[in-house]
Amino acid sequence: MKVIYKTDSDTICAVNGIDLILDKEQTLGIVGETGAGKTTTALSILRLLPQDIGEITEGQIIFEGKDLISAKESDMRKVRGEKISMIFQDPMTSLNPVLTVGQQLYEALELHNTQNKSKSQLEARVDEMLELVGIPKNRKREYPHQFSGGMKQRVVIAIALACSPVLVIADEPTTALDVTIQAQVLAMMSELKNKLGMSMILITHDLGVVAQNCDKVAIMYAGEIVENGIIEDIFEGVNHHPYTEGLFGSIPDLTRSTKRLNPIDGLMPDPINLPAGCTFHPRCPKCMDICRTKKPEPFSFGSHVIKCHFVQNSNQ
Amino acid sequence: MNMPLIQTKNLKKYFRTQKGDLHAVDNVNIDINKGKTLGVVGESGCGKSTLGRVILRLLEPTFGEVIYNGNDIIHLNQKQMNNIRQKMQIIFQDPYASLNPRMTVSEIIAEPIKVCKIIKDKEELNQRVFDLMKIVGLDYRFINTYPHEMDGGRRQRIGIARALALNPEFIVCDEPVSALDVSIQAQILNLMMDLQEDHGLTYMFITHDLSVVKHISDEIMVMYLGQCVEKAPSEELFANPLHPYTQALLDAIPIASLKERDKLRKIIKGEVTSPINPKPGCRFASRCFHVTAECKNDGLGLVEVSQGHYVSCILHK
Amino acid sequence: MTQKAKAVAIQKEYAKKSQIKEIWRRMKKNKLAMIGLAIFCILVAMSLSADLIADYQESAIKQAGSIRLQPPSWEHYFGTDQYGRDLLARMVHGSRVSLSIGFFTTGISLLIGGILGAMTGYYGGIFDEIVMRLMDILLSIPSILLAIAIVSAMRPSLLNLLIAITISQIPGFTRIVRSTVLTVVGEDYIEAARACGSKDFRIITNDVLPNAIGPIIVQGTMSVAKMILLGAGLSFIGLGIQPPQPEWGYMLSEAREYMRDYPYLVVIPGIAIAISVFSINLIGDGLRDALDPRLKN
Repeated sequence: MKVIYKTDSDTICAVNGIDLILDKEQTLGIVGETGAGKTTTALSILRLLPQDIGEITEGQIIFEGKDLISAKESDMRKVRGEKISMIFQDPMTSLNPVLTVGQQLYEALELHNTQNKSKSQLEARVDEMLELVGIPKNRKREYPHQFSGGMKQRVVIAIALACSPVLVIADEPTTALDVTIQAQVLAMMSELKNKLGMSMILITHDLGVVAQNCDKVAIMYAGEIVENGIIEDIFEGVNHHPYTEGLFGSIPDLTRSTKRLNPIDGLMPDPINLPAGCTFHPRCPKCMDICRTKKPEPFSFGSHVIKCHFVQNSNQ
Repeated sequence: MNMPLIQTKNLKKYFRTQKGDLHAVDNVNIDINKGKTLGVVGESGCGKSTLGRVILRLLEPTFGEVIYNGNDIIHLNQKQMNNIRQKMQIIFQDPYASLNPRMTVSEIIAEPIKVCKIIKDKEELNQRVFDLMKIVGLDYRFINTYPHEMDGGRRQRIGIARALALNPEFIVCDEPVSALDVSIQAQILNLMMDLQEDHGLTYMFITHDLSVVKHISDEIMVMYLGQCVEKAPSEELFANPLHPYTQALLDAIPIASLKERDKLRKIIKGEVTSPINPKPGCRFASRCFHVTAECKNDGLGLVEVSQGHYVSCILHK
Repeated sequence: MTQKAKAVAIQKEYAKKSQIKEIWRRMKKNKLAMIGLAIFCILVAMSLSADLIADYQESAIKQAGSIRLQPPSWEHYFGTDQYGRDLLARMVHGSRVSLSIGFFTTGISLLIGGILGAMTGYYGGIFDEIVMRLMDILLSIPSILLAIAIVSAMRPSLLNLLIAITISQIPGFTRIVRSTVLTVVGEDYIEAARACGSKDFRIITNDVLPNAIGPIIVQGTMSVAKMILLGAGLSFIGLGIQPPQPEWGYMLSEAREYMRDYPYLVVIPGIAIAISVFSINLIGDGLRDALDPRLKN
């Protein structure tokens, strides 16, 4: 079985023609800065874009051979949670403060109770899920505010995994957590992913997190995927999109001692008013005349795809 | 003798809560020489921000001294303190919350100058605001815009310009880049390092991000639950971390390179415990890999293991 | 060009628009607020030129048994009341009393409540405790009862009425100002102001109050409306305006016996109250939005 996503959407130019393919049991990392359209992409896959504001105007999302865009809302509801589930960035706000942790997990299970399991079977599953994410089951009667940030994120993960989904979309799952807790949660997530045989889309702004956890990487900038490939392409490949180079230049490197960072000048363009040609050209150190007028086509080296005139020219 | 610009002695700050005393800062001694940067690292709730605020006397310490240029500033009255304040400034974490949304950029930058009545002439004041904006790399066209119309990076530049307005010698930087995107983060870090060189500034750089702190600091102090567990020159700390907590912190950083990918990382279990009425002994003991019965005993202090490298751990007594 | 001249030039080029002009520009974009403002201006003009519209003694006070309870006609546009007084004249003259009750009491209680609220919110501690408990005591008495108690302890008159209403409204303002101030005080920019050595007074006036103004203005405009009604209620039970002086609320209560057969008697002062309350609320909403630079456009 192959899971394929093919999106080509346009939401106030938040996401602008992106193509992604994710195979089963793989982890795809989507990297980009604030406003790059990462979350919009994730919400589009689940068709959870805010109504009246967000709209997918073009393209397909193919999941297990079926197009999700044309699917009925009732079918979609089944897909959400059961087949694809989502972990949100902020564990503090994604849990309901007036229900106990156990109740919230139970609710998720009950909603997708296709096999007509009995109440006690569901309860047993709740305990099992909590143990799985490393929370003692006797804490299930506690309320979210009694948990720390890391523990809450574990609960969120337990809820997301409750129905054994095929795909988990994790939107910055560890950004709100401390480093040591982040390490715990990430380690647990990749362990569970292998154990349960899921695919995962990991959305983050942290290249370090990607390097440690993903099989494939897509770098997003201003609603487009400027570079994607398998992990080795991005971290060890020779050719890069100038934006990717800029991102790497911005991270203080622990293994080397440099005194100056090499950041990218300027700011992310306004999504309402994107520059003509390559969207990155106003900030690009390798900008050429053609970049200002013509949108670069994807240029591929095997598994590695880059959208850049400069890379294309120097490799032809 | 090289006298430190800023020094604290046995600084303590307890907050009274219903459950007991919260030891936010407990017996912290720091000294920063002029023109140097001390990085303060720790997870949320370890008291690093409180430490910064106590040093600036935005919070009153429970016990201890803060010595600036050889004078204890804790017992100064309001007026004397205001003179010292001009020399000590703070840059805040959240550039969204730290700027008054009702003021324009030029008003925000001019505010400290007006408050301290340094420049009275209006044109001269304007000139000073322009100079400051130039220093931090803000375009003049922004003078009369409001902060909410700008992005995070530019707002943080306003915050830096405001901190620089009084020509301070010492700046507490409370997580100045953690709310920013990586590419912007690097721009701001470069700016701060340039400013340090040009103006001979002394920084106390508070952060939770070890990779950022290595980059900018001369010396690093690692805090855990209000206490300093390890203090060493930057290179030394990264090359030779001694305290188990420092090691765990370093291990937990995801590194953007594939070489480290399959390395087995030691991940510490558990979470930061509450600093309310802490038990005697090492506060990290409950999460430590090397915990022994002896760790519960009191009387642990910082020990100098090598030149300038201090650690508070039973393993290095 | 010298540096100074350059600075002047830059300052000029990107000059800040005058604050009032800017607020007015934003206010103008709000259609509803402008409608409210227009209605309100008409009301004020009407009450200012009351003597030109109708003679106070002749039409508003003098009783005329021959023309009792006449329905609206060309002679008396709004008809006459049970004593034969022209309703239009009474409404126009009554607006003076009603509007000044609304604005005067709101203004004074907002001032006192605002100062108390800002101080309790900013300083907290024992001062806050004492003031707020006092306010709680005042709040626990219904404002109408409180006003009754105050007026009857003194002597029914317009001034005493104003004092009574003002006192009864102070706790509400103190509470609202205090709670908005509390949320603002927690912000980083307050700490930033403190870090550069600003005095408390400057912090309160420069940083705290401008950011707390929104809810205060809304509460203020709503209170104007409430005050008009409260004044009317007190006049009704004979503790405020003394007859035959015209006042909207009193007109309403006087007319209640004739309501069934002569509905215009209550409809006209009722509409007057409703329109003024409505227009003031519209202005308040518009003003709140216009004062917030974050909602600029």
